[in-house]
Amino acid sequence: MKQRCSVLLVLILLVLPLMAATPAASQAKQFDGVTVNVLTFTGPQIAEPLQRRGPDFGKLTGAKINVITVPFSDLYQKILTDLATGTNSYQAFVFDPQWMADFTTPGYLEELTNRVKADKALQWADIGAFFRNFSATYGGKIYTVPLDGDFQMVYYRSDLLQQAGLKPPQTWADYMRIAQTFNKKDLNGDGTPDFGSCIAKKRNAQSYWMIWSVAAGYLQAKGTREGSFFDSDTMKPLTDNEAFAEALRVYVQTGQYGPPDELNWDVGDSRSGFVTGRCALSLDWGDIGTLAIDPKTSKVQNKVGAVILPGSPRILDRKTGKLVSCTVQRCPYATGGVNHAPFAAYGGWSGAINKAAPSKVKDAAYAFLSYMSQPAQSNVDVTIGITGFNPYRVSQFKNLSLWLKAGMSQAAAKNYLGAISASLTSPNMVLDLRIPQNQRYQQIVLDTAIAKLLAKETNIGQAMKEIADGWEAITNELGRDAQLRAYRESLGILTK
Amino acid sequence: MTGESSTSRVSKSVDRPGAEDLSSAPGAGRLRAAASLGAASVRAAASWPVRQATTSFVLPAVLLLFFLSIFPLLVSAYLSLTRFQFVPGGFALRWVGLANYRKLLVGIEQSHFLGVPKPPTIVGWLLFGLAASVLLAFVVRGITSASGRRGVVGRTVFAVVAGAGIWLAVRTLTPGGFPGTLLITLIYVVVGITVQYWLGLWLAFLCAQEVAGRRFFRVVFLLPMMITPVGIAYTFRILMDLGKGPFAPVWRALGLAEVSWANYAWGARLVVMLGDIWQWTPFMFVVLLAALESLPAELSEAAMVDGAGRWQSFWRISWPQLIPVTSTLVLIRMIEAFKIIDMPNVLTNGGPGTATESLTLHAFMSWRTLDIGGSAAVAYMLLFVVTFAALSYTNLAHRRLAEAA
Repeated sequence: MKQRCSVLLVLILLVLPLMAATPAASQAKQFDGVTVNVLTFTGPQIAEPLQRRGPDFGKLTGAKINVITVPFSDLYQKILTDLATGTNSYQAFVFDPQWMADFTTPGYLEELTNRVKADKALQWADIGAFFRNFSATYGGKIYTVPLDGDFQMVYYRSDLLQQAGLKPPQTWADYMRIAQTFNKKDLNGDGTPDFGSCIAKKRNAQSYWMIWSVAAGYLQAKGTREGSFFDSDTMKPLTDNEAFAEALRVYVQTGQYGPPDELNWDVGDSRSGFVTGRCALSLDWGDIGTLAIDPKTSKVQNKVGAVILPGSPRILDRKTGKLVSCTVQRCPYATGGVNHAPFAAYGGWSGAINKAAPSKVKDAAYAFLSYMSQPAQSNVDVTIGITGFNPYRVSQFKNLSLWLKAGMSQAAAKNYLGAISASLTSPNMVLDLRIPQNQRYQQIVLDTAIAKLLAKETNIGQAMKEIADGWEAITNELGRDAQLRAYRESLGILTK
Repeated sequence: MTGESSTSRVSKSVDRPGAEDLSSAPGAGRLRAAASLGAASVRAAASWPVRQATTSFVLPAVLLLFFLSIFPLLVSAYLSLTRFQFVPGGFALRWVGLANYRKLLVGIEQSHFLGVPKPPTIVGWLLFGLAASVLLAFVVRGITSASGRRGVVGRTVFAVVAGAGIWLAVRTLTPGGFPGTLLITLIYVVVGITVQYWLGLWLAFLCAQEVAGRRFFRVVFLLPMMITPVGIAYTFRILMDLGKGPFAPVWRALGLAEVSWANYAWGARLVVMLGDIWQWTPFMFVVLLAALESLPAELSEAAMVDGAGRWQSFWRISWPQLIPVTSTLVLIRMIEAFKIIDMPNVLTNGGPGTATESLTLHAFMSWRTLDIGGSAAVAYMLLFVVTFAALSYTNLAHRRLAEAA
């Protein structure tokens, strides 16, 4: 009996590991035991889809995705401090591709060119050329995987404009007229007066992109390579001239038709204001289009129209600094005499990988970013308002059924995608600033000067001088030649 | 030598700093060598652990202080003289000398840091003249009194710096001018501490009385101090949202729907100060309450017997006894108040314009864009201001008040 028991025990001991090993071997996943810390900004936008899809990706591959968030204004320094000090707490980042110059120069980012080329599931060619070439690429190498497409547009209440017999704004003068028409009228039937225009003007938020959306049409007319921030031969700022003065005047004037505390509104407030029916017009990225179809929060379902950024019939003469009327030569891409310059503000949230991460973790991080960007996931996420992701793939513009399924009417979907397409395909698209320490130029100097102007601390002349002097000082600090070279490269101009 | 005398000798050398050094001084050594070299060596060896004990006890604290305070202070001083730049392979700190400070005082950051000055109005001239006269009298009094050369120098330095500060305030607070982050911080400190102190004292006085529910109110008044500062700032942000917040209906009923504090520099500053006062009054309250309750009752009772009213008893008997606590409380709070950041950061992001931006927020914003040298320079300017204010307060007010009490 004792012997039998011993034999049985030995058999069990022999079989057990086999039993344990066989199913495990069949369930072994590519990234079992691998953890990827992904840093992005405090959502819900952007963080939400990453947090939602992280566990799904984990089930497929075994990788654990930790999404860590910080306020947007801290994101730049948080990532760079982590990398520069060698702490390397994060293996992947979902961030602003505008900052790439500061990340690639010291060599903090993993080059993704070969991975992207070998990744068929990503369908790289389906991603819009602008996002592939500008948002993802720096110095001819791919460093990020685009997850979002960013263009600023003007949103309007299509029902109100139709009732009033007005057309969507083509110029900033049109914008003012429409804003004035609907300001202080009850636009959502709640019995209280609402606003003609709602724009995020809070300091240290998104105001410095908003002003450039207004200024772009006055500053750039001869195509994307002309650039709108600096003279591409001398690196002199284009912010102290009649054109920029006019843009500032328009920007300040929109406040007359805005909410009383507009200076304390960021995009969260302006989006909320628009979708709850309190605003006739707004200036924003693609988010309002998808937020407006959310039945839980929106009071303006199928009452929203979007249009390419309004332009100007007058443009900056760079030699004289004067504002001059558009001609065929001066504004070769003008439509009906109006120069439109859609602003690719921000460039779209993109994912990048820490070069210092262990190779297995880098593989897992890339697989996750690719998974997020693949059409199966991305084509759904871009139709959900809370994701903060806007369309950036060709298929997302062509396939209307995605949008109809998400709750948009056919007319609204065509209008929304049409406005983005018009911006994306414009030969006069304005690229956002992508040179070393662009954060200091925009988030510190430009943002502070605009905030002071809006608060009436300074006048237009003082604000222009403050921006020009501040930008010149930073350029001189960092080296004019190096900054000029980076600026020209960002515009695709070859420097000898 | 007996064992007892040996012990007393050791204890003396420990009690008297530097005494142990005498035993090893060349002159003393030669004398002892002449008497008994061997005995001295034995004694020295026996007393060695005791002599080292002082160093051993102090060393950990010194090292901790060095690594946590002195070392960061020195590094940040170095950073303020450099420019941070990314280069292939990492980053570089390039030496720029005083360029970051020049930028603040005379360069492109001058209007941000010092403000936009305008010629003073007649009222401004009068105020400045009055302040300058007081400061001059203060210096003259120092010269004529027997305060010594050091006292005169201290008074003169204080008068010059305070005069410059008042001149800056007069010029930037004049119509058309605009205060920079330096003056805004000083306004937060002076107004905040003044209101917090008197409000805290009043609440402490009420809670020191034998009234119903005072225990409940003691806890309630302490609540803001227990909430995280950012939480307080967000609470205030919701409370002060006059478009959607809880006071929005009242604001509309008053016909002020078109008016928002966020658009006005002083409106926004007032809201920031309200939040700060709400947050910090409990600190004043709790310390002053403890001080009030620890006062001997006999003096007040005697005053009452002599016919003094409650008001007189408080002002003539209780409050003078609170002066030492008050003085220390103001000093602690002042050093802390200079560092205000959470309220303006969450409530207004420093806006409208730069109207509510404090020095710490100024430094933080520069640091966020990795202008580390610029940020360190602002932080050092803050350090100079806080040190000057604390030293002046200690020398001119704190010590006198303590002595008077």
